[in-house]
Order: sequence, then structure tokens, then C-alpha cells
Amino acid sequence: MRYSFMTTRRGFLSALAASAAALSLPRLAWAAEPLKIGLILPLTGPFASTGRQIEAACRLYIARNGDTVAGRKVELIVKDDTGSPETTKRIAQELIVQNKVDILAGFGLTPLALATAPLATEAKVPMVVMAAATSIIPTRSPFIVRVSMTLPQITQPMAEWALKNNIKRVVTLVADYGPGLDAEKTFVKRFTEGGGTIVESIRSPLQNPDFAPFLQRVKDAKPDALFVFVPSGQGTAVMKQFAERGLGEAGIKLIGTGDVVDDDILDAMGEPTLGVITSFHYSAAHPSAENKAYVEAFMKANNGMRPNFMSVGGYDGMHMIYEAEKKTGGSSDGEKIVAAMKGMSWVSPRGPMSIDPTTRDVVQDVYIRKVEKKDGHYWSIEFDKLEKVKDPSS
Amino acid sequence: MIGNFVGVVFDGVAYGSLLFVISIGLSVTMGLMNFVNLAHGAFAMVGGYAAVVMMTRFGVPFLATLPVAFVVSALVGAVLERLLYRRLYRASHLDQVLFSIGLVFMSIAGATYVFGSQQQPVQLPAFLRGQVHLLGLDLGSYRLFLIAIVIAITLILTWLVERTRFGAAIRASVDNQQASAGLGIDVYRVFSLTFALGSGLAGLGGGLGIDVLGLDPTFPLKYMVYFLLVVAVGGAGTIKGPLIAALILGVFDVAGKYYVPQIGSFVIYVVMVAMLLAFPRGVLGKRG
Repeated sequence: MRYSFMTTRRGFLSALAASAAALSLPRLAWAAEPLKIGLILPLTGPFASTGRQIEAACRLYIARNGDTVAGRKVELIVKDDTGSPETTKRIAQELIVQNKVDILAGFGLTPLALATAPLATEAKVPMVVMAAATSIIPTRSPFIVRVSMTLPQITQPMAEWALKNNIKRVVTLVADYGPGLDAEKTFVKRFTEGGGTIVESIRSPLQNPDFAPFLQRVKDAKPDALFVFVPSGQGTAVMKQFAERGLGEAGIKLIGTGDVVDDDILDAMGEPTLGVITSFHYSAAHPSAENKAYVEAFMKANNGMRPNFMSVGGYDGMHMIYEAEKKTGGSSDGEKIVAAMKGMSWVSPRGPMSIDPTTRDVVQDVYIRKVEKKDGHYWSIEFDKLEKVKDPSS
Repeated sequence: MIGNFVGVVFDGVAYGSLLFVISIGLSVTMGLMNFVNLAHGAFAMVGGYAAVVMMTRFGVPFLATLPVAFVVSALVGAVLERLLYRRLYRASHLDQVLFSIGLVFMSIAGATYVFGSQQQPVQLPAFLRGQVHLLGLDLGSYRLFLIAIVIAITLILTWLVERTRFGAAIRASVDNQQASAGLGIDVYRVFSLTFALGSGLAGLGGGLGIDVLGLDPTFPLKYMVYFLLVVAVGGAGTIKGPLIAALILGVFDVAGKYYVPQIGSFVIYVVMVAMLLAFPRGVLGKRG
């Protein structure tokens, strides 16, 4: 009987009508398609730890806040771009065209964000930058909103702190690559404006097997402090040589930006990090109830991995997306979502933060911290802060 | 000023010593067996990871992990020699290069998969940390240790190759495989052992180098230039050649970075070009 029903013309038509009605029903009843977030991260290759931290944090946010927001089910589509810009761009295109994502997020490095910016503009898809830290990024598309940090934003406070704390002569040692030169520029500019003296600016080659000669030169120059900016991984070598050559005993302070004492590997780096003073927007040891709960939940969900600054980028990015959806009543309109994100402020595990409504860039407190050993683990303990720091170049 | 200079020379000699330990294995395989093995760094990395695993997972003290690094790399070398390298002894150098560079990429991917992309930690015993004050100079303890190791390795290797029966067999096999086989030397066995020895030395260097060079999956590629530099300048197939080359390169590299940091990392290449012009076959090279 079922077959004969379908094979008669009237039966077929009525079946068609019924199914069409069934399809359109949910739209009318709930008006909610899933909220698709395309998360593009380097999950393999040299920057895999960035991707690992951010993905874990995004998943943690969903686990702690439920997988529906404004009546829409949240669907996280995670893709690996291996840290190469062409791949990021291709994946972003696929996510926009095929998966029809509402929001793009992630972006571990500056070139990856820059490669995707034109696509976000063209498709009117909000692009939440969770890691990349060059100042110019949000200017490249009106759909970019950044929740991580900018390099000058976290570097300048180090210069401010040094000026206030009787550090007058500084040697800078940066790796000879884009971010290193930016950090050097920001630090030197602020420090000399404030009356400090830069004794020397050393640039070490990016592929540098041995820091010993550079640090010996620093020791002989007898500055009050050495400002360091090197890519993750080289920091250990610098701090080890710094300790081994007795620069600390010679009265030289080691200062830098917080990425050299990345929480993810701080324990593994161990003893040479003791006493290193850095400026940064996040420490896993940030003393707040929000952060304590965050660190605990994060480590529990990830086999003891400690959340680092990358992770809060992911976590806050998800928070901003959730809040924007709530504010717009579950909108898929890119312009409305970005408008809702502008000027938003909240308390993150890192501390209070907000989105500048004109630049769409992150505004946050930057902390001065010192590495100490507590309960057998190494932590960057915050002891001073600058409030509501904006990117100085904006 | 003089004190600075002596300090720079000391650091340079120590750095050169490390370059020597890591590269000497390549000189052995390349010079004695005439095989261009670009995957040499992969064996060094195997040694490094073996040392790290012993230290972090099993709590073995640093010094005791060094022999383990040697043995593990030597075993891996022996197995790969039997399975893969042996097929390419008669192949052209281009084939050998392509094959071994392929191995490098596989080793990088493998290490990333197993250990992750991060730098590996190393805990040195207290007496190897810090500096010792000697005749008014501050000398790094670990650097003194490296120099001592190199002196030991040089003496042992020279003795092995020049004074023992096994060394004689290696030299004979290299010079004329057919005649050596005819004289009853098991050429393949000699090559296996030589290759294992070279790989083991690389592993030892990998373990020793973690503290100075670091250890991550890109190790074999990152330092390949340095291995090749030492062997090219020193001349493959000898022990003293690479030793002299490594020390010269080490001292010039450190001095360049200390006195003229603006062009510091460039100095080592200038020295290489100058030395290759002066000694096209390497300082003490047997082959071109």
C-alpha cells in the first residue's frame, strides 16, 4: 500500500507538499540554524602549541557555557592550516563557501590573519583574531575583531616600568625578525623618550645556535637591565646562558615580554627562569576567582597542560562570540555581529578587558610579573600593572 | 681587554668542540664510506631524544644518559644501514642526497608526532652548571666539560682508526672493496660497524648539545649547514681535519658575534669561503 500511495500522482504531490512543510517548519518555529564557527589554527608544525592551546580553550568555553547560545546550536569546525598563509586562505574560503560559517576565528600568526582579511571583507564574515599580534591587523578589514594582544601593547609597559624603577641603562637583544624588530622599536622609543639610555641594540640571527657571545658582550657592557625578545623556544637558551654566565650576579636584570616565560613550557624551562621580569596580559597565576576556576578546569580537561596566553585568546574569543549572539538575538548578519562586539567589555580569566569601538582592537590591563617557584612549580607572579592599555600605535 | 679575548677564545673552543662531536660522525661515514649522508643530524636528534627520555621519564642522571644516547643512535644507525643505506652504496651521490634528505623530513615529522614541536628540557648536574673561576677568568663549567669530552673522543677515535685491526680493515675496505673482500675482510660488516659508530657519535653529540643548541624536531635541518661546514672545511675521512676546522669555525663564530654583532652570524661563512679557497680539499682532506 505504501508503494501505491507514492506512485499515484496525487499521492506523490501531497507527500512533496508535506515534506516541504516539514522542512520549513523548524525555520518558523525556532528560526535557528546552528551557529557555525570556523576555527583555523596551526595544529601541526612549529606553531602547533598555539593551536593546541586555543582549541582546548574554545572547547572548554563550550563545555562550561553550554553548546547553545541565543537558541542556536554552536558548531565548531576546527581546521589545521599548519601555519602557512596560503593554506589559511584556502581553508577560510572553503569554510565560507561550502560550510557557510557565520564566523571565522583563530589565526595563530600575523601572515595568516593578513591573508584571510580580504575574504572576511568580501563575504562580510566576522573574523575573530585569537592570537596574531601585529598592530596593523584590525585595519585590514572592518570585520576583524581582536581579543589577543598587540606586541607594542605588551612591550611598552615594560619600558614604563623600567623607567619608574631606577633602570637607566639597557641593552636590547632581539631576534632579527619582524616581531623582534617591532619589540625593539617600541621599547627603545618609549625608554629613550622617558630619559633612559640604550647602551646597545643587539640583533641575533633567527637561526641562532649559541647566545653565549652576545650575552658575554652584554655582561661586559654592564647595563642595569637586558631587554630580550626572541621566538618561543630560544628563550630557554637565553635565560640559561644568562644564569650560567653570572649576569644576574653582576647586577643585570633580565626583562622582556611574557612570551619568553610562556606558561605552557615554564615548568619545563625551570630554574633559569627564576627572577625574570616580564610584562604581559596573562599569567596562569593571575590572582582572581575567574582565573583560578579557569586554570583548574583547563588543566583537568587537558591532561595537566597549563593554559597560556594563547589559550585566553581562544577563551575570550568564544566569550565575545557568545555575547554578540545574545545581543543580536542569534543573528547571522556579519555587520550586526561586529557592531555588537564593538565596545563590549567583560572580565576574562586574564582580568578586565574590552574591545575598542573604533579600532576593534583589544584594550586590557598589562601586568608586570616575576618568575617565582611555588609548591614545586614555576609561575609568573604579577606584582604591578598598567590599566586599560591600548595599542600605542592606534 | 686581554681577559675578554681569552674568554672569547675559550667560548669559541668550547663551541667548536661541540660542533666537532656532532660532525665527526659525518666525517667518518662520508669520508670513510664515501656516502653523502645528509640525515646525519637525524641520528644526533635520536640521541638527544634518547637522553631526554631517560632523564625525564626514568630519572637517569645526565651523565649516564650520554652512553645511552650513543648506543641508541648506533643501534638505529645499524638497523637503517642494513635496511636502507646498504642499497645505495653504489648509487650516485645525487641519489644518496635525495634519499637522506627524505629521511631527514621523515625524522622531523616522526619526532613532532611523538614528542611534539616544543624544545626539550635538560637538567644538568650541579657541578656542570655555572662558572668556575680560573686564573682570574670566568669559565663555563659545561664548556670545560665539552672540551674534555672532545679531547677524549679524539684520542679514542685516532687510536681506533690508526692503531687497531678494525681501523685497518676500515681503511682497506674504503680504498679497495674488492681486494679487501678477497683478503677475507667482511666488507659489509665493517661498513655496518663504521656506520653505527658514526651514528653513535652523532647521538652522543645530540645528547651533549641539548644544553647549548636546544632540541626540537627541526634539529636535523637547522644544524645541517654546520655539520657540512665542519666536514667540508676540515676534509672528510680524517679526524684531525674536522677537529681543526670545528675549532677555527667555533672561535671565529664566537669572536664575530662578540666583537661585531651586526654581522656576527655572517663571519663563519666568510671563514668557510676563505678556508675552502686556501684548502679546496679541506684542511687535511683525503678526498675532494
